[in-house]
Amino acid sequence: MATLDKPNEYKVIGTSPLRHDGVDKVTGRAAYGADIRLPGMLYGAVLRSPHAHARILSIDTTKAEKFHGVHAVVTASDLPDLESKVVELGEGVVNRKYQSNNVLARDKVLYFGHAIAAISANSLNIAQEALGLIQIEYEVLPPIMDVRQAAEPNAPILLDEVRTEEFGKKGDVPSNVAGHYQDKCGDIEKGFKDATVIVEREFTTTMVHQGYIEPQNGTAQYNPDGQVTIWCSTQDPFGVRQQVAEILEIPVSNIRVFPMEIGGGFGGKIGVYLEPLAVLLSRKSGYRPVKLTMSRADVLTSTGPTSGSYIKLKMGADASGKLTAAQATLMYELGAYPGGSVGGGMGVLLAPYRIENAVIDGYDVLVNKPKIAAYRAPGGTNAAFAAETVIDELSEKLGIDPIEFRLINGSKEGDRRVDGFTYKRIGYLETLQAAKESEHYRSTLSGPHRGRGVATGFWFNYGGKSSASASVNNDGTVSLLEGSVDIGGTRTSLAMQLAETLGIPAENVRPVVADTGSIGYTEGTYGSRTTFATGWAVYETANSLIEKLKERAAILWEVEAGQIQFENGVFSSGDKALTFKELASKLDETGGPIMASASVQPKGAGPTFAAHIVDVEVDPDTGKVQILRYTAIQDAGKAIYPAYVASQIQGGVAQGVGWALNEEYLYDEHGRLLNASLLDYRMPVALDLPMIDAVIVEVPNPGHPYGARGVGEVPIVPPPAAIANAIYRAVGVRMSKLPMSPARVVEAMKK
Amino acid sequence: MPNKVHVATTINSEETEFLCEPHQSLLEVLRETVGLMGAKEGCNNGNCGACNVILDGALVNSCLVLAVEIQGRSITTIEGIATPEGLHPLQQKFLEHAALQCGFCTPGFIVAGKALLDRNSNPSEQEVREWLAGNLCRCTGYDRIVKAVLDAAKV
Amino acid sequence: MQSFDYVAPASVDEVISLLASKNGDAKILAGGTDLLVQLREGRRKASLVIDIKIIPELTQITFDPQTGLRIGAAAACHEICRDPNVSRLYPGLVDGIQLIGGVQIQSRASVGGNLCNASPAADAIPALVVHEAICNIVGPSGSRALPVEEFCLAPGRNALQAGEILSSVSAPTPKDKFGAAYLRFIPRNEMDIAVVGAGVSVVLDEDGKGFVSARIALGAVAPTPLLASEAGAFLTGKPVTRENIREAARMAQSIARPITDLRGTAEHRKHLCAVLVERALNLAIERAGGKYAE
Repeated sequence: MATLDKPNEYKVIGTSPLRHDGVDKVTGRAAYGADIRLPGMLYGAVLRSPHAHARILSIDTTKAEKFHGVHAVVTASDLPDLESKVVELGEGVVNRKYQSNNVLARDKVLYFGHAIAAISANSLNIAQEALGLIQIEYEVLPPIMDVRQAAEPNAPILLDEVRTEEFGKKGDVPSNVAGHYQDKCGDIEKGFKDATVIVEREFTTTMVHQGYIEPQNGTAQYNPDGQVTIWCSTQDPFGVRQQVAEILEIPVSNIRVFPMEIGGGFGGKIGVYLEPLAVLLSRKSGYRPVKLTMSRADVLTSTGPTSGSYIKLKMGADASGKLTAAQATLMYELGAYPGGSVGGGMGVLLAPYRIENAVIDGYDVLVNKPKIAAYRAPGGTNAAFAAETVIDELSEKLGIDPIEFRLINGSKEGDRRVDGFTYKRIGYLETLQAAKESEHYRSTLSGPHRGRGVATGFWFNYGGKSSASASVNNDGTVSLLEGSVDIGGTRTSLAMQLAETLGIPAENVRPVVADTGSIGYTEGTYGSRTTFATGWAVYETANSLIEKLKERAAILWEVEAGQIQFENGVFSSGDKALTFKELASKLDETGGPIMASASVQPKGAGPTFAAHIVDVEVDPDTGKVQILRYTAIQDAGKAIYPAYVASQIQGGVAQGVGWALNEEYLYDEHGRLLNASLLDYRMPVALDLPMIDAVIVEVPNPGHPYGARGVGEVPIVPPPAAIANAIYRAVGVRMSKLPMSPARVVEAMKK
Repeated sequence: MPNKVHVATTINSEETEFLCEPHQSLLEVLRETVGLMGAKEGCNNGNCGACNVILDGALVNSCLVLAVEIQGRSITTIEGIATPEGLHPLQQKFLEHAALQCGFCTPGFIVAGKALLDRNSNPSEQEVREWLAGNLCRCTGYDRIVKAVLDAAKV
Repeated sequence: MQSFDYVAPASVDEVISLLASKNGDAKILAGGTDLLVQLREGRRKASLVIDIKIIPELTQITFDPQTGLRIGAAAACHEICRDPNVSRLYPGLVDGIQLIGGVQIQSRASVGGNLCNASPAADAIPALVVHEAICNIVGPSGSRALPVEEFCLAPGRNALQAGEILSSVSAPTPKDKFGAAYLRFIPRNEMDIAVVGAGVSVVLDEDGKGFVSARIALGAVAPTPLLASEAGAFLTGKPVTRENIREAARMAQSIARPITDLRGTAEHRKHLCAVLVERALNLAIERAGGKYAE
């Protein structure tokens, strides 16, 4: 990992101290959701649909209820029947009625694995055995599994009430196309006329899963007085609270969510699956706590993967290499319910480029697959797979180096995206320049069937609401409470921002991830927002502490608070000075304990760009692709915690490699998922990857006190395109389907 | 009441005993009965390594060992890797190299790393990657994990 | 997971009588890396699980220059692969056996289990076939032997009769100028079931430039592992040339009847047969000390 040579102007920020929760995590002491044990706890299991599309004609739970050791059985009839209402959640919106239906199917099952009933029992074994006693009558319906077929006028309809929303209006016939969106600028007819070279290609990708190693879990205690406590693996404890409140029609204030340590999320642990079931079962089981965990098969069949897609893209450029026009159709799978990510894809598609004439049509389409969930830059990777390979082809046809081509067209401050947004300070050109000058790019790659590919990526990054509070201890340490679940080191990057502002070492801050009852409202750890937005909350909390401490110094030195300076961790006035630690020891004598807090919703989250370079070797006889070398260059604004920024980048690259080469959802003709296990849902292992060079570029984000941009999502955007471009240079074939599995490479080479 | 078997065994150098049903996996019993939560369930069918323990010196997936099989045998779990003096070099190096993000796979990797270093005190990068191929990580891309193991070997 | 009882008998006789007493309801537990998953998923049922790992004759690995190699059915792959005789004299067997899963699986999984599980894609089986290995079976009516290539009858079904167990697998001492190899194709670099597996053994003449005999076996391209007898017979007496190697590979490919499933397409598997057999032949020839006669 390298941060391009710039002296670090900070004392704490930009260093990589050992993370505060590190010892717990390397000794196995950290408590994850499935580790919780409560007195009298019962175990739950969920019955899931064997059909991809069916009407539920009847459910008979009497035998299961009577089974020895069973305490309660719940179905959708135990849930309030909700009206359709759209609310904000995570990086998108959800409809609470559909959320409820996804948690327990009502009237219809819409995908293989759709939850229908749940049981609580003395042991998991008993609960699972009792599932077999629930009798359900189905009317099996034809499943629709392909996004283009689902969009056709005569396709079997999943949800009778869905109408296509487009141009601000709702259509008048039932449709699986829940939404049609369009971004448009200029005149593409003229733009294509001005082009010297035009490339038009079609692409398909399948569903892929976030692949977190820890399956979902949820434990709930429903008290006789109506107070509910939930312990779960989630990225978004306040989101869990809200969703459970809405789905069960319980007041939000009655629910307290304790986020346990989380074993990966990547966007897949924002929507609830088990928590409402645990609450329902606890209420129905004589108020005993109930724990539910998902098996790996459940995770793959029944939690939200990201959309598979069909993309058609046509782009033109003139002889000088300037892009003149682009026309795109993006059709993204929604899975069983509306709430999709084609908008993300539409935004990412051309974000790195200045282009005057473009039309982008995006469609969110229902299919009989699990309702999709966010997966790290949701919608972006699919779009970049299309755009970055077409750009590669354009540059090649014009005889222009692929990085040079992007420099010619690259977005910068003041440029306007196709969706209308105007960039403030961004680092795309700097990232490209770093790629161009990198040792990797300048090195020679030799050997048969080897090739080098380049691709770039973009992610919006999000702000949102965050809270923090801190109290000063007499020994000069500070206890920091914050509401952002720590998936990858953020409790430390937040502690570091507090420490920097207060002029104390990071080790002197004790960060705690608080539950929803102990901290102000904080949106989830998603959208690459935590270091940015919760960082703002922490920064303002620190400044508030400083003001209060100045008042204490003023009391000590008998001056006005306005005469106190604070710089480099030292409070001073005239010839008097005290360090933070020294002043902290005098709190008792100046009025007692000090606390401060802040709740923020900062604007100014800076978007992030990445440029990836990959060398591959293709075995022309088997079609297998080996990654020889990978460099991922990314603008982090300011890397608060560089080792963890680099690790985020490496992890995103690894997921992108899996997406590119081997991961896919395989369904049979009945719509049943064939590969619901980690044996056949193939994620990269240590032997599949080389060392991954993460290079951090810093173009500070003016919207953050320390210049931070979100970093977590953009690394997954370029890899499939970069690898496709490398395969082209290795063996001369342009791949247009993901994954680029060995069979597909061999097939492409035969043509 | 189901038929339970009494097992006397050694876990992390301590003599232990427990009751379990014959069908219960070692993973399940470690977590539910013995109370050692460090081994995790990621897949329950031998494809992710999050449940790793060392059984009489051999690295195994505890989800694929029956608890009754460890009668009279000796296992080491993540809880037995550190010593009363402090962290094992592997654990220390994982922290220094930032070789974890969410930390869920980390106990499995550290147990696997220990089994490797007990057998091969100076592995190459290739050997480390081959050995760790049975442990899945989704957060880190393995780069820092491999570096941490290589660095721990030097200690 | 269904409930079952567990017993770890101390002798083969005890195993046989336990099996008889349970009348098909008992299953043999060696490494458990297939069985426990199947029991958990309800694909197999058992009221009793019989752990055979403490019976010495079922875990021992012995070699005698006269009689050859004998591997106890429950011996762990890891033990087999690091046995000095096996690694020195049977590298082609090691090729197959060491590919069964990663390190954790290798600590427990056994060749006997790999055979009895009778997956068409089993990694040990093509390698055993080309070593002319024999399955040694014990049952209520005594012992019998069966060539490995006849042991698998259908996916998940083996040739054991009611109450019989596989006690060991034996392979003859390799002749002079013998070389063998097993290669498989998987989409990742580890942890996958074979998409295609190819085992090859050759015996070369004194110069090393001519084939005295050859055996070729394929995995994952039919309901059971296949012995490509004609392809092997073709090489008998022929010079070691790239052309002959390719022809043998093509002949082996022609008997493959793969399906399209979640692990690969029929076309790709068919294509890979020839690729892998050719590569395995080259490796086997190299190990036999051969030279290309051209």
